[in-house]
This record gives sequence, C-alpha cells and structure tokens, in this order.
Amino acid sequence: MSFNEWFNKRFPADKMMREHLTEYFAPKNFNFWYFFGSLALMVLVLQIVTGVLLAMNYKPDAELAFASVEYIMRDVWGGWFVRYMHSTGASFFFIVIYLHMFRGLLYGSYKNPRELVWIFGMVIYIAMMATAFFGYLLPWGQMSYWGAQVIVNLFETLPIIGGALSEWIRGDYVISDITLNRFYAFHYLIPFILVALVVLHIIALHETGSNNPDGVEIKKGPKGNRWSKDAPADGIPFHPYYTVKDLLGVVVFLVFFFAVVFFFPEMGGYFIEAPNFEPANPLKTPEHIAPVWYFTPYYAILRAVPSFAGTQVWGVLAMGAAIVLFFFLPWLDRSPVKSVRYKGPSTKVFLAIFVVTFLVLGWLGTEAPSVELTAMAQFLTVVYFLFFLLMPCYSGTGDNLGFSGFLLFVIGLLMSLGLFYLLWGETPDLSTAMKWFYTLVTIAILFFLGVKPGWIRADAIKPVPERVTG
Amino acid sequence: MKTYAMRTLAILSLLALAPVSVHAAGGHGLDLEPMEVRLQDTRSLQNGAKIFVNYCLSCHSAKYQRYNRMAEDLQIPADLVEQEMLVGDAKIGDPMTTTMPKDKAAEWFGVAPPDLTLVARLRGADWLYNYFKGFYVDETTVSGWNNTVFPNVAMPHVLAEWQGRQRAVFGQDDHGNPVFERFEQETEGAMDAHEFDHAMQDLTNYLVYMGEPARLKRVRYGMWVMLFLFAFGALAYLLKKEYWRDVDVSH
Repeated sequence: MSFNEWFNKRFPADKMMREHLTEYFAPKNFNFWYFFGSLALMVLVLQIVTGVLLAMNYKPDAELAFASVEYIMRDVWGGWFVRYMHSTGASFFFIVIYLHMFRGLLYGSYKNPRELVWIFGMVIYIAMMATAFFGYLLPWGQMSYWGAQVIVNLFETLPIIGGALSEWIRGDYVISDITLNRFYAFHYLIPFILVALVVLHIIALHETGSNNPDGVEIKKGPKGNRWSKDAPADGIPFHPYYTVKDLLGVVVFLVFFFAVVFFFPEMGGYFIEAPNFEPANPLKTPEHIAPVWYFTPYYAILRAVPSFAGTQVWGVLAMGAAIVLFFFLPWLDRSPVKSVRYKGPSTKVFLAIFVVTFLVLGWLGTEAPSVELTAMAQFLTVVYFLFFLLMPCYSGTGDNLGFSGFLLFVIGLLMSLGLFYLLWGETPDLSTAMKWFYTLVTIAILFFLGVKPGWIRADAIKPVPERVTG
Repeated sequence: MKTYAMRTLAILSLLALAPVSVHAAGGHGLDLEPMEVRLQDTRSLQNGAKIFVNYCLSCHSAKYQRYNRMAEDLQIPADLVEQEMLVGDAKIGDPMTTTMPKDKAAEWFGVAPPDLTLVARLRGADWLYNYFKGFYVDETTVSGWNNTVFPNVAMPHVLAEWQGRQRAVFGQDDHGNPVFERFEQETEGAMDAHEFDHAMQDLTNYLVYMGEPARLKRVRYGMWVMLFLFAFGALAYLLKKEYWRDVDVSH
C-alpha cells in the first residue's frame, strides 16, 4: 500500500482536491470581475504572513510601539519592505473586496440559491473592517490614536449603555496602553476567524456552484462535457483552467500592488496618513481627523446625519444601517433574473448611481466639512439608502409589491422628506440652485424608480438565454 | 466626577466629528515654493547631513536615525563621522540623540524641540524648504523671530548669520486678514540668496532621506520587481492561452 493510499484512507485529501479543484466545474464564461475572489484570498494570506513577520519586532506598548515601528523601518533587515506590504495590503484588500462585492451586485450573485454565500461574505467584510480598525491603532501615531478615539466614542452616543460600553471597549477612560494591548490581541485573532469564514464562504459557494455573468444556472442546463458525462455542459474544471487564468490575474494585480509598495507607499496620504508620522499625543488633537479611505463612505454618512432630540445617535445608527442593509440584498432584489445583462434599465441606472454615490461619499469622508459638502453628503446619504429601500420597487416586474416592500418605500419617502426639510429649513447658506437640484433628483428617483409608472415597467427584463453566452 | 469627565471627553470627540476644522500651526492656504527632492545627489545629502549635525542636532534629536546608518548610506567615511559629527559622548552605532535635557529645553523655548527623524514625512519637503527660508524679524515675539510658514514658531532663526536678517511685508485680503506679500532684506548674511537656497535644499534633501532611509533603495528594487513581473506576466499569459485553446466560451 502506497503512502498515498494509506493517507487517503484516513483523510480525504484526494477527494477534497477533486471536489474543490479538479472536478469543481465552474462556468466557462467568467470575465474580468471574477478575478477578485482569488485575489482576495491571496491578499489575506499575504496580510497574515507579513503580519506575523511584523509581530516578531513590534511592541504593543504605548511607550515603545511607535519606536518599534521605526525600528522595523530602519534596523530590521527588509523590515520596511514587509511593513509597506502590510500597509499597502490593507488598502488593496479593501479595493479587491469592493470590486468583488460590486461583481455580486452586477450579476446577482447574492440571489437564490446563493444567499448564504453572500451572507458569509458580508460577515467576512465586517470582520475585515474590525481587523483594519484594530490594526490602525498599532503604529501609535497621531491619526491612529485620534481615529480610534473618535470611533470608540461613537458607542458613547448609544442610550443608557453607551458610556459603559465605550469604556469597556477601551478598558480605560481614554485610548491608552490598555487599549493598545487589547487591540493588538484582536488584530492578531480576527484574521484567523477570517480564514475560517473564507472556508465557509467557499464551501457554500461550491455547494450551489458559481454564478456567472449571464446569471444562468449551469447545473440546470444540459449535461456532459469532455471531462465528465454528469457535469454541466457549460462548466470547466476549476483546475487547471481557472488556476492558470487567476495566475495571470495575480501577476497584473502584483504590478499595481508593488508599484505602490516600491514607488508610492504613502499613496499621497491615502494609504499612510502624514499625521501618523508623529507619535500619539493625547493632549494634541490633529487639525483634521479622517479615517483611512476604505471607511470614508460610512464616515461621510455618519457626519451627514444631524443630531436630533439632543443626541448624535442617529448618525451612528445610519452608519450601521448602511452596512447592515447589504445583508438583505438577496431579499430586496425581487427581479426574476440575476444578471444586470438581462435586467431592466431601472436597475442599471440605479446601480450606476449607487457606484458614483459610494465613491463620492468616500471622497466627502476625507474632506473637512463645509456647507456645500455637508449638503451634498446629506443628499447622497439619502440616495445611498434609496438604492436599498426602493429595490423591491425597481427590481420587480410589476407584480404586487407586498406590505414589506411598501413599508420600505414609505421609509425611503420619509428619509427624502427629512432631506428636503434639512435643505430648505436648516441650510440657509446653500444656494437655491443646489437645493432645487438635490430636491428634484430625489423626487425623480422616488418617482421613476420607486413609483415606477407603467410605461417604465413595460421593458423591465430581457429574456435570459438557455446557455452561457461568453 | 468621573462621569462628568467622560461626558466632556465624549462631547469633545464628537466635536471633532462635527463640521469644524481647527487651523493649528501649519500655515495652510499659503503658497509653498516647490522644491525638487534629489536623493541620488549624494554630495547634497552629505552637505545636508553636515548642516543638520552642526546646527540642528544641538537642540533637536533624531533618535530613530543611527550615525553609522547615515555614514553608510551617504558614503561618509566612518572615521570622519567619529571625529566631526558625534554629539556628546555618542558612539558611531548610536542613534542621534541630543545632549540638551528635554525639560530644560521646554523651559528655555516654551516648548521642547521636537524629534526631527520623521519631520519630512510629517510636513513634506516643500513645507520644510519654505520654513527654512521663511524666518523674519518680528519684535513682538519672545525670540524676536517669526516665520511665514509656521506663525509664532518658538524657534529662533538659527541660520541668520548665513541668510542675514529679513523683514516680511504683509498686505490684506478681502476680510482684512494679513496676507504675506514679500521679504525685504535688512542686513546681508554670509551667503547670498542663491547660496542660501542651495544650502537649504541640501538640508531638506537630507531630512527627506532621514525620514525614510529605505527610500534610497526601494525605487531601485522596485524597477527589478516590475521587470520580473512583466517577464513572468508574459509567460503566465502564454500559459493561460495554451490551456484555454480548447475552450470555446460561446458554446
């Protein structure tokens, strides 16, 4: 008995290899957007490897942390390279994940039967955000310190438990050595939970099979290909076809990645913020506190919502809702087809608006607020929410909206009315032209994508082909 | 009492979220004269290091930078560094600390001189270059000096003997706030304007190097990595093409 046989009788190594690689049949028509899943996995591994190397020289101590990072940058052999890969990797991880999520939106990858794939993915996204947040404190620079201070204080706004909760998170009344120690512990822990979540994400995906740009279920189509009589005709083995294709994707990705690592490690202040080259100083607030770019869309939403009834909690709730709403996409999207290719114009238009909204909110989150920018952020916050709240309306094909869909429309309507009140009642310094522009665009969205009169409904979807089309 | 302090802190940090932007000593909105950083110019870096060690290091530290790293990177002979550049009883492998006690310094200048290792990464080269050239006579300040880039800076003009004394002429903007217009030379220094500019470019160059010594190498390494990736990418493309030859994506 060979070692191979001996081993496989006790552990299904060959079986797993077949099920997930050599005999996992993926649709043959994956396009550009399908590179980012494997790239995300690679960046996760890269972050863990570079992170462990950094941990060998980093000191999670308020007195020593900043100096230990400079020690890594100067005295540790190759330390600067490892550190820049880690700091650049954090930003690229989010770039890759945002593109991966956008792919899901484009082709309806979250829809039945892949709801769990999407939900595991969203949990991964939240775990990533937590890891990035905890990790950002570790260099113990000014922006590390004050960024963490601002975010932890958000919990302070929650009624009754707020004060105790934020104190419990910090372990102190301010961000301190104690906070740094526990953030380090979490920053080291969560990536391993992330790995477990990625396993769940992939197991769920391989159970249902991959979606594709046509949104055609290849498992329901004709059977039989060169490799197997029972496999989907439009499927090809993941290995070697997609492994060699993804290898090419990896190389192209690394060109961009290493261009930043070697030529622009600070990326103009977006990946490493200049104030972080000054050690944390609890007595000196930086002139402008902005989170790293990947959090700024939510930060813009947080700042856009004004205080009401004597509390700031609404902004915090809006920020939370902006993330939580993604979880519900599988049920908000009532379209009978998955892919944007066969959806009606209303979905295409709103998806484009949503992408622009997300990017502009991200930019607004990095800027110091002004009357014009705050009004813009308020308008875009409402558009952001309408994308989700009106989805049962604009993704449907004219069938009965149902009570929950109607309720969401009403919430969207109330949010819009709130925006109009802010624009016309609370923002005297904004030009009337801008007020009208924001108002009319919001009304247009509510009417054309929410109420959706019959003549728009007519061309709602195109017929989906039987087989994938490339 | 404790809860009161916490409340205050919470309110303070929420204020940081609210639409406010405090303009601390930074001189934003001022047009900075750009400076070209030339890290490949070793002579400039050497001269900058000389100025830095002789004039800056007596009050400021550069505690993350070691003398021997500087010697190696800037091709300064080790014995020259040991004879001419070490501050106090420092050894060549030591970091560039200062002999001035921090609390005394704070007493003398009103604020402890900050460590300068990373100042170029914090402020940027243009800011530093303009700051060095921006000192002017101002009888209303404690030191008798002020600065166009860093208003009411605590530091006096250490290099006044080189640059000479200059006064700043201010105009007014629409709101009646003073706006810097130009300098007027009051007394001549040991250097003319051109020589002083060059010396300050060298000093800035050195500070940029010191902020990130790896920068001397990383761009060069980057070129090789790109070259490798392009070559490997070509192979990966051919490999993919070969494997996919028999896959007809449209049926």
